[in-house]
Amino acid sequence: MAEPAPPKPRPAPKPTPETQHFWDGARRGELLLQRCDDCGGAYFPPRPFCPACASRAVSVFRASGRARLHSYTISHRPAPGFVPPYAIAVVELDEGPRMMTNIVGCPQTPEALVLDMPLEVSFERLDDAISLPLFRPAGAADPAARTRPGGPGTGSPDAGVRS
Amino acid sequence: MKPGTVAIVGAAETTELGVLPHLSEIQLHADAALNAMRDAGLKPSDIDGVATANTSPVAIAHYLGITPRWVDGTSVGGCSFMIHVRHAAAAITAGLCRTVLITHGESGRSGVGLTRAPVLPTSLVGQFELPFGTFGPPTMFTIPVLRFMKETGLTEEQLAMVAVVQREWAAMHPRASQRDPVTVDDVLSSRMISYPFRLLMCCLVTDGGGALILTSADRAPDFPTKPVWLLGTGESAETPMVSQMADFTRSRAFRVAGPAAFAEAGIAHDDVDHLMIYDAFAHLPIYGLEDLGFVGRGEAGAFVAGRNTAPGGRLPMNTNGGGLSYMHSGMYGMYALQESVRQMRGVSPAQVAGAKVSVCHGVGGMFAASGTIVMSNERP
Repeated sequence: MAEPAPPKPRPAPKPTPETQHFWDGARRGELLLQRCDDCGGAYFPPRPFCPACASRAVSVFRASGRARLHSYTISHRPAPGFVPPYAIAVVELDEGPRMMTNIVGCPQTPEALVLDMPLEVSFERLDDAISLPLFRPAGAADPAARTRPGGPGTGSPDAGVRS
Repeated sequence: MKPGTVAIVGAAETTELGVLPHLSEIQLHADAALNAMRDAGLKPSDIDGVATANTSPVAIAHYLGITPRWVDGTSVGGCSFMIHVRHAAAAITAGLCRTVLITHGESGRSGVGLTRAPVLPTSLVGQFELPFGTFGPPTMFTIPVLRFMKETGLTEEQLAMVAVVQREWAAMHPRASQRDPVTVDDVLSSRMISYPFRLLMCCLVTDGGGALILTSADRAPDFPTKPVWLLGTGESAETPMVSQMADFTRSRAFRVAGPAAFAEAGIAHDDVDHLMIYDAFAHLPIYGLEDLGFVGRGEAGAFVAGRNTAPGGRLPMNTNGGGLSYMHSGMYGMYALQESVRQMRGVSPAQVAGAKVSVCHGVGGMFAASGTIVMSNERP
């Protein structure tokens, strides 16, 4: 985005043993979900058992990174790490779970942010430990790829080159 | 709890509501508790049960000089007090205690002596919501509404009407923070806070408190106050993360707590004379009307815009002006309960003539939890 960098960083997550794999994946540019080996359901946020059937037999898998815009609000008040107005969104991943995120590579306006629009994950590096999964309109340039050519991307070989 | 076996015999708010930088949170609890004890003609030594939220019931019992046999520190946001009423009724019915004091005090505006725990970066909220710019309830509670609007047709004008109608009720309350009439245009031209929510669709941020005293039916007639009988109660919880609500157009917690309270009370919607639905933001009464079954799916916006909940309407709702206009310290549930009690005692400045049954429905967190209380001035 073109705005000057805000003075304070956004709040950084602090991983726990049960979520560490998610943040390790994000650092590599991979969006990781979990699936129950017994009932088959995909779920989020991370935990070492299935919230649907309580089975401890669960696996981590790499999600497609594709999602749709489920809902959002556009905050007009200042917050650490953000220049208002900025959208706080919830996206529905193709695999089913929903997650909170921000929409990047897109004006933060009701006109540009249309519910159910297709999105793709785009990681933003906060520090050595944490990269956050953000989302951009599907097919739009990857803001992360612009600033970090050759850096961890979204697994999409053409990220950043499509208009 | 069998309907009519427990009664509210003491109820009061803090001596002042509004901007109170001269009072800390624990003193707001105490001021409300002292007022409620005076209302019921009780001393601290008469109280044997204490419940509160955010701060510990231990702190409240000690500060007030109470020796409790029963404590409840259920702290699930602004509906904690509805849930305390429910738990107190169960405890009294089970013989665990006889006289319960429920207190709330919150320096939401002035921030004096705060007791609320911070959100840690290791919590699920801290890891998976806070980094994306959630910064207070206006940036979280509001997130589901665009999905609700898309799926049900709710309009911004209808949301604005929630605020317009509640201001009409607030105008009757001398203690309401905001009493001047507003129009839909006023609401829709007020400052944008978090799209699509404008300033007048968001609750006030003020200081205050309230307290309730409950006891068993056999003792209730001995008190100087008109007993307000509990008919039914319900509670539930869904998720601490608004992003993980199962359905952005319905609150699962509302849909568990509400029907449980109606079923226990043995009432139908037509029996309800007065309704309070916790309104931290203008969409909450919309969700509540639908999730509690007062109207059908997608009908709540038109129901409010049609003045059904306004003065003179068939379902008077949020008759103190609500969190939008009366007061909102952060956990509003206690003030909704106070207005229900006033209505059942027949002493509200916006009294609904002949009201016999009041439903008081609360939300906690951002659709995280819920509590519903059905009360009456007639013992069943």
